[in-house]
Amino acid sequence: MPKIESIDHLTEYRRKLKASRDPKQPTVLVCGGPGCLPLGSEEVAEAFKGALAEKGLDGKVILKTCGCQGLCAKGVKVLIRPEEIAYQKVTTQDVPEIVEQTLVGGAVVDRLVYQDPATGDLCAHKGEVPFYKGQDPMVLRKLDLVDPESLDDYLSVGGYRTLRKVLFSMTPDEVIDQVERSGLRGRGGGGFPTGRKWRICREEEGAVKFIICNGDEGDPGAFMDRAVMEGDPHAVIEGMIVGAYAIGASQGYIYVRHEYPLAVKRLRLAIDQAREFGFLGNNILRSKFSFDLKISQGAGAFVCGEETALMASIEGFIGEPSPRPPYPAQAGLFGLPTIINNVETWANVPEIINLGPEWYAAQGTEASKGTKVFSLVGAVNNTGLVEVPMGTTLRQIIFDLGGGLHNGHPFKAVQTGGPSGGCIPEQFLELPVDYDSLQQVGSIMGSGGMIVMDNTSCMVDVARYFIGFLHAESCGKCTPCREGLTQLKYLYEEITNGRGEMEHLTLMEDLCQAMASASICGLGQSAVNPVRSTLKYFRHEYEAHIKDKKCPALVCRPLLKYTIDPETCTGCLACVRECPVGAISGVKKEAQEIDQEICIKCGLCYETCQFDAVVRE
Amino acid sequence: MPFQKLADQVKAPTIEEVGIYINGIFVRAPQEFTVLQAARANGFEIPTLCYHRDLPSEGHCRLCVVEIGEAPRTRLVNSCTYPVEKGLKVQTHSDKVMQARRIVLELLMARAPAAELIKELAAEHGIHETRFHIDDPQERCILCGLCVRTCKEIVGVSAISMANRTPEKQVATPFKEASEACIGCGSCAFICPTNVIPYTEKDGVRTIWGRNFELQACKVCGNYIEPKAQLEHWAQLTGDPVETFFVCRDCR
Repeated sequence: MPKIESIDHLTEYRRKLKASRDPKQPTVLVCGGPGCLPLGSEEVAEAFKGALAEKGLDGKVILKTCGCQGLCAKGVKVLIRPEEIAYQKVTTQDVPEIVEQTLVGGAVVDRLVYQDPATGDLCAHKGEVPFYKGQDPMVLRKLDLVDPESLDDYLSVGGYRTLRKVLFSMTPDEVIDQVERSGLRGRGGGGFPTGRKWRICREEEGAVKFIICNGDEGDPGAFMDRAVMEGDPHAVIEGMIVGAYAIGASQGYIYVRHEYPLAVKRLRLAIDQAREFGFLGNNILRSKFSFDLKISQGAGAFVCGEETALMASIEGFIGEPSPRPPYPAQAGLFGLPTIINNVETWANVPEIINLGPEWYAAQGTEASKGTKVFSLVGAVNNTGLVEVPMGTTLRQIIFDLGGGLHNGHPFKAVQTGGPSGGCIPEQFLELPVDYDSLQQVGSIMGSGGMIVMDNTSCMVDVARYFIGFLHAESCGKCTPCREGLTQLKYLYEEITNGRGEMEHLTLMEDLCQAMASASICGLGQSAVNPVRSTLKYFRHEYEAHIKDKKCPALVCRPLLKYTIDPETCTGCLACVRECPVGAISGVKKEAQEIDQEICIKCGLCYETCQFDAVVRE
Repeated sequence: MPFQKLADQVKAPTIEEVGIYINGIFVRAPQEFTVLQAARANGFEIPTLCYHRDLPSEGHCRLCVVEIGEAPRTRLVNSCTYPVEKGLKVQTHSDKVMQARRIVLELLMARAPAAELIKELAAEHGIHETRFHIDDPQERCILCGLCVRTCKEIVGVSAISMANRTPEKQVATPFKEASEACIGCGSCAFICPTNVIPYTEKDGVRTIWGRNFELQACKVCGNYIEPKAQLEHWAQLTGDPVETFFVCRDCR
């Protein structure tokens, strides 16, 4: 790869690259995203390689492993360009058929395309699949287009065009001005206007400033940032260089959790490529601007996603948040002005500058512009990554894109914003998803987790789980968060074990009040959301646990009771054989009985009985 | 944070004063003061646990919270770290503040039921027992971090630190083993507001943090001065031979 010596050199290189590529050349893109990789995308790609060679197509057909294609529920995904035929659930056995039918014969393999469950129609092309139809991706746009390990691929789709524009035709103030006008708000959860933050930092005195990319995505079930870092690392890097130029930083860090080894590997490769090419280092593209990037790996603490804790971690101290002010933009990393933005925020920057702030601001709502990536998971049919304009309703995301709930179960709640988000009930399904609307119903945007729950979820148990998670991850620095979460965890254990009292709910509300107002950082302040939202919208479930000692969703084991209906029981003794503690007794061919003293409520008898004689309540 | 201090030094020191309102009363305070300093200098009492004037404030205990801003946009901040700024409106005893302080005290009572200081402070706030679950009735540590900060900032050896997160949070030596860095000075035990750091002295040996330190006897009167390790630390700091410190303060 050559070092770019001038702008003309870059133009020339890009021109040659474009000339050498035929957009009509058949391309097989195997999804290598977080969902498909464990399902065997590497093996599928290998099978394609063999099958293409067998047919003498190697060289004629391009084979790539790309980033996440979104519809993780249907992995391994394979996209055939230029027709954009989207195959799903592809295994190595399907590969010869795809090569034979589609790449040689030009036909579609019907059994491997998405079938609309509502109409029964086959959706062969990506654009016809309802999951993709409602999306308008900006951040994820290049994920099923480029090979994340190839800088040439990124350049061929217009990569580093923004960098060139910024370095040679814009002043730092103009860059900040454009970001401000775009209305971009931090995608990590806080939703602070990005441009304003940059301006504060730009105006801070000091020769040395830092840029940080927060890639410490730790929410259970969230993988937006991972998909972007793994699938389009150069977009993050380009965004960071632009940001560095805007505020006058010369050094940057990408903080990635070490549980994301592939993201680390790809980012490292991308940084090396960018440096070799002259996009990073001294005098970038022969301009007067110098900037370089380092990767810093997190050691597995959720709280290090909090900006001040993250910076303490980079400095080598314990990952504990510190009180603000001073804000990072004034005194951040090593006490120097620092801009810290989330992966998705950085990935938005190149396109904003490239296509203009007006274009960006045209999408979204009044106070939340652009698009947002969500990881749609839980009891929904089409789990995966979606990117929709801000203001899209929950119903559109869950039912139109997500294809509704598993097995047609009724919808119960959706939790947005990761473990410290609130659980939003059915009555708010028409809610437009943006920063402020979510806050109004007691939840948060967070970094974009979206967990859908059906009627098999017990909301008390759900809150118990998230409080347990947050308790384990709270750094323990400040009293309200440390002791508050400890007490909340205890209270949830009491309630779900049948020892709850109505006074416990008052205690919970008091704790929430103190934690939300007096904790140092966002973890403690927002940890109350799952508690408050479930107390508000699902209070009857708490009351059932406490007053009736019953779990309406039949989830909390200590509150369940198994009995045998003497009318239905045939006395086959199947349950007696399964019961691990010998709690079931009776005469053969006659009704059996469960000794409640011995029963451990494991539910094996309930699952074993073929006559539905075991009653669970 | 040493880097912070470096960055601070770059800026020229100022003696400018700013005016703020505490409980509606206008007061002046030097610009570099925190809200707590400004309040105390003007006779407004704010309770604290983890604050010490000779140590950097980190805002652990959250007892010193005050309400700032104007309704309806007010929020709680810890006064020990929040800097005064022109026209800032501070409430030291508003309903919101008192509610948070009471819960904090109740929580600390549940955490450290044997800590006398907490009982006294709670009683001052009208709390005589906690509604929360007590795990260990003998516990006294409130995790204020004064010991850790003293060891780092005053003694300069960082032999102890906060270890683990919320479920197992504690003050400990590295890997809970006898620490090589400890000089046995006992400053941590001295600063502890709830007397939770145990140490013993017997037959010229001080035992603290799982290590025995031989005490140096005064060359003149024969009374024990300090652990040898501490005197060696002093010698290292000053560049004087260690024997310089073998005479106690009374005999010098």
